[in-house]
Amino acid sequence: MELTIALSIGVLFGSGIWLILRPRSFQVITGLLLLSYAVNLFIFITGRLSVNKPPLIVQGELIDPSQYADPLPQALVLTAIVIGFATTALYLVVLLGSRGLTGTDHVDGKERDSAE
Amino acid sequence: MTLLLLLLLPFSGCVIAACMPAYARNREAWFAAFIALCGLLLTLSLYPEVSSGIVIKHQLAWLPMFDLNLVLRMDGLAWLFSVLIQGICLLVVLYARYYMSPKDPVPRFFAFLLAFMGAMQGVVISGNLIQLVMFWELTSLTSFLLIGYWHHRADARRGARMAFTVTSIGGLCLLAGVLLLGYIAGSYDLDAVLASADIIRAHQAYLPALVLIALGALTKSAQFPFHFWLPHAMAAPTPVSAYLHSATMVKAGIFLLMRLWPVLAGTPEWTWIIGTAGVCTMLIGAYLAIFQHDLKGLLAYSTISHLGLITCLLGIGTPLAMVAAIFHTLNHAIFKASLFMAVGIIDHESGTRDMRKLSGLSRLMPYTATLAIVASAAMAGVPLLNGFLSKEMFFAEALQVGPSSNWWMSAAAVLMGVFGVAYSMRFISVFFGAKATALPKQPHEPPRWMRFPVELLVLCCLIVGVAPQLSIGVPLQTAAASVLGERLPDYNLAIWHGINAPLVMSVLAFALGILLFKVLKYRFNLLQSAHIPVLYRFNGKQAYESSMLILASSAARLERLFSSRRLQPQLLLLVLAGLFASALMLQAMPDFTHAWSVENFNLPFALLWLIGCTCAVCAAWQAKYHRLAALMLVGGTGIVTSLTFLWLSAPDLALTQLMVETVTTVLLLLGLRWLPSRISARKMNLVASSRDKLRRSRDLVIAIIAGSVMFVISYFVLLHPANFTISNFFLDNAVPGGGGTNVVNVLLVDFRNFDTLGEITVLSIVALTVYALLRRFRPAPESIGIPAQQANQVDPASRQTPAEQANSGYLLIPGIYLRLLLPVIGISAAYFFMRGHNLPGGGFIAGLVFAVGMIIQYMLAGTVWIESRLKLNPHRWIAVGIGLACFTGLGSLAFGYPFLTTHTAHLTLPLLSEIHLPSAFIFDLGVFAVVVGTTMLILIALAHQSVRSHRVPGAPVENNATTSREIR
Repeated sequence: MELTIALSIGVLFGSGIWLILRPRSFQVITGLLLLSYAVNLFIFITGRLSVNKPPLIVQGELIDPSQYADPLPQALVLTAIVIGFATTALYLVVLLGSRGLTGTDHVDGKERDSAE
Repeated sequence: MTLLLLLLLPFSGCVIAACMPAYARNREAWFAAFIALCGLLLTLSLYPEVSSGIVIKHQLAWLPMFDLNLVLRMDGLAWLFSVLIQGICLLVVLYARYYMSPKDPVPRFFAFLLAFMGAMQGVVISGNLIQLVMFWELTSLTSFLLIGYWHHRADARRGARMAFTVTSIGGLCLLAGVLLLGYIAGSYDLDAVLASADIIRAHQAYLPALVLIALGALTKSAQFPFHFWLPHAMAAPTPVSAYLHSATMVKAGIFLLMRLWPVLAGTPEWTWIIGTAGVCTMLIGAYLAIFQHDLKGLLAYSTISHLGLITCLLGIGTPLAMVAAIFHTLNHAIFKASLFMAVGIIDHESGTRDMRKLSGLSRLMPYTATLAIVASAAMAGVPLLNGFLSKEMFFAEALQVGPSSNWWMSAAAVLMGVFGVAYSMRFISVFFGAKATALPKQPHEPPRWMRFPVELLVLCCLIVGVAPQLSIGVPLQTAAASVLGERLPDYNLAIWHGINAPLVMSVLAFALGILLFKVLKYRFNLLQSAHIPVLYRFNGKQAYESSMLILASSAARLERLFSSRRLQPQLLLLVLAGLFASALMLQAMPDFTHAWSVENFNLPFALLWLIGCTCAVCAAWQAKYHRLAALMLVGGTGIVTSLTFLWLSAPDLALTQLMVETVTTVLLLLGLRWLPSRISARKMNLVASSRDKLRRSRDLVIAIIAGSVMFVISYFVLLHPANFTISNFFLDNAVPGGGGTNVVNVLLVDFRNFDTLGEITVLSIVALTVYALLRRFRPAPESIGIPAQQANQVDPASRQTPAEQANSGYLLIPGIYLRLLLPVIGISAAYFFMRGHNLPGGGFIAGLVFAVGMIIQYMLAGTVWIESRLKLNPHRWIAVGIGLACFTGLGSLAFGYPFLTTHTAHLTLPLLSEIHLPSAFIFDLGVFAVVVGTTMLILIALAHQSVRSHRVPGAPVENNATTSREIR
């Protein structure tokens, strides 16, 4: 399980990096989405993996921390997801504005001489 | 306490003055005068204590752990300067009331003036070196604002910038010097530094410290070779010049040298650096002053010269020279302020300051002329006026320099006197001769109270000149004693010392000065000559401008070399830097020998991520030519991520991720419509160049490396046993402290609610920014028409509006279902919200669920139909949400707890039985409203772009409006 999730984070991150290095603004926004998944997952796994141990306290029992997943990274990631949505929206609007003003969807606002 | 008040008074006055209405000229002036008067009275009230030799101190804790405190310290020297600062400010304010024209924005003027006064006061009464530098920089800043007050004029802007650049470079040097000094002395406290004078002078870092501090002081006091900024600062309004360049700004450097005199003076290095700068400045300044045609320019150079004289006295380093320096500082402030004001009156009443045009003014404005002539006589050093006394003392000190065979200092002093007499003659020549005819205005006497400050200052010149010991003796002695301590020499402030060497030098200077002026005037046509003999080559301004130019161009060249305006190279550099940083980290990685043994492989989980990773890679592959496909693939990865959260015991995250995924997809779908269509290179038979191929391979390699590094780091983290973190605290305290069993939600709305407040604020700001940006949105011309998919004539739906499609067209059945779904979704949102504190849910999730419900309705029936029935007003949701959150926070303040402290109450309601109502609940409600508001605002603003008719240059407007109306 550890290997799987670590590998997946690597793949998502690599795909994201590839995309943000591309010249088209839509590629970059897709890359940012993939990067945010990878980073959110990474922050999440710093609390280690735990199955069937949601951080919902069972009242009336003595609290054993090993019986609950780490709530702190979860809270951090929850806000990160929502903020991620907001930044995506902002980037999208900037992208559209730049496309309207410059007539191209190249990230620099002008086409390079070569095809890409 | 008085000291603190003295410091706070001008700054609070500045804020109030800035808020006053622009037309309230009288009120502004009276208010500023009141502040200055209060300051002056406060300062005067300290006189009994100060004159008895007590050092008044007031200490406030600033950074006690670094042994750094705010110390306000008033001794004789500080007192004398405070009186100058407050007193002259009072007169300047009165004068400015008449000088400033009704067109000038006066609140700004008086606010800056008061701020400057406060900064200056801060410099003078600082008892801590760092604090002194802080106020020093503040004087640079405020003087920049004052000099550039008429910012519509290019010369004012340039002069202000030049003054600021030079003095703030000096300020940086001063900071470094002061840090060195504090390092040597072991403390930044002024008393401690003054007490360790011998250690400092013997230390090996003495010379660098001295040089750096001297650079600070010399730039501020416009000493050679930094003197060039002062004449350009004359672009300021005359009251500003009268204040800054007589009593305050330029005297700050002098003050600093006096303040640190006991510590730094007395070494050959001090005499060489400070003395040489002083002598050069006083000669060059006086010489250049003779050849000015602008009255203010003449005064500026004469100021430079007099400052040089004071610096020179400080450089000489004997105690008696110190007394003379303080005395001359005082005298110069008095006569120079009055002269500046007199020039301002001439300028104000005649419309010009050009000495080539002005003449015979004594018959047009006799009263002002008399005052100006007396003040300039004081400047020249005529007996029975204050300038004479301190000049005599300077001559006496100059004679003492070096062995008796060394007469160069005396010669320089006499030469300065000669030039001084000559430029004073030049100055008063505007009052004599034939009446000027071609003036812009017919000159006449100024208003009574505009002249009053000049009268008062000239009266001071006379009083000090006639009865020095009686008028100024005690304060001067107190000031000198506060610097010199036990080394205070015996001296006698008297007009007549008998016929001695200084008197002979004075007489010589007068005779030669008058002769020089006559010769220059009649033989060399001084009054009309365009350039300055000999020294015109040394143009400090030119050097400054060209060095600034070189600086700017080399910065631009460096930027071109090492940076790029293009995004891709920047991102590439960022990624490479990240990789480099992680390469450094890899060294610290422990071995992975036990790594493969702890594997607990789970096949379904692996399969799940096989899908997730495939989606991600395919999205990366397809994002260029198949945006919709890429978007769906990214969504697939998002769903897998969400399922992973669910699998790994994070139900809240899973729900949030799922909802955000939905909203993001809708968002991007709305955006896709405005992007250009892209035909793949293969279809267009384009062959990628080898450069492109190279770049792609490079990026691919970088991406693979980055992914691998991320994999290694993640894997390492997972294999590493969990450390002790603060998480256990939250688990232990969630129920007793936060009253909820869902620890994640309790964390968000209780323990870390201040963070959450910040977060929802950010969300709101982003949403409003998106809204604002979209209001100015202009799509590319080819995206304005109906997309090809909607214009397909074969499709009957293309002839219907979205509302018709949903109400009677092909969307009829889904339309009914989806409308029925709205209340269900609403109830679900409420349910998620209510249970959030104890079970997965909460404001974020409920808000997103509710937003999704609304979005579905929009998607179904179109913007126009929905908005004709339901007005959502997302702005209000945001406002209400932030308001609720803040209100909850402030509520705890009202009960005497810190901001955002939560409280839990249990209520019993009919039907719903007991519910548990913490104040966090209201906070969470705020979060809910903000999330709904932001999501809806962003999406609706984007959706409206399709409904809006876009103005396109050249295209008929009606046509666009009709076509775009039908677009969903």
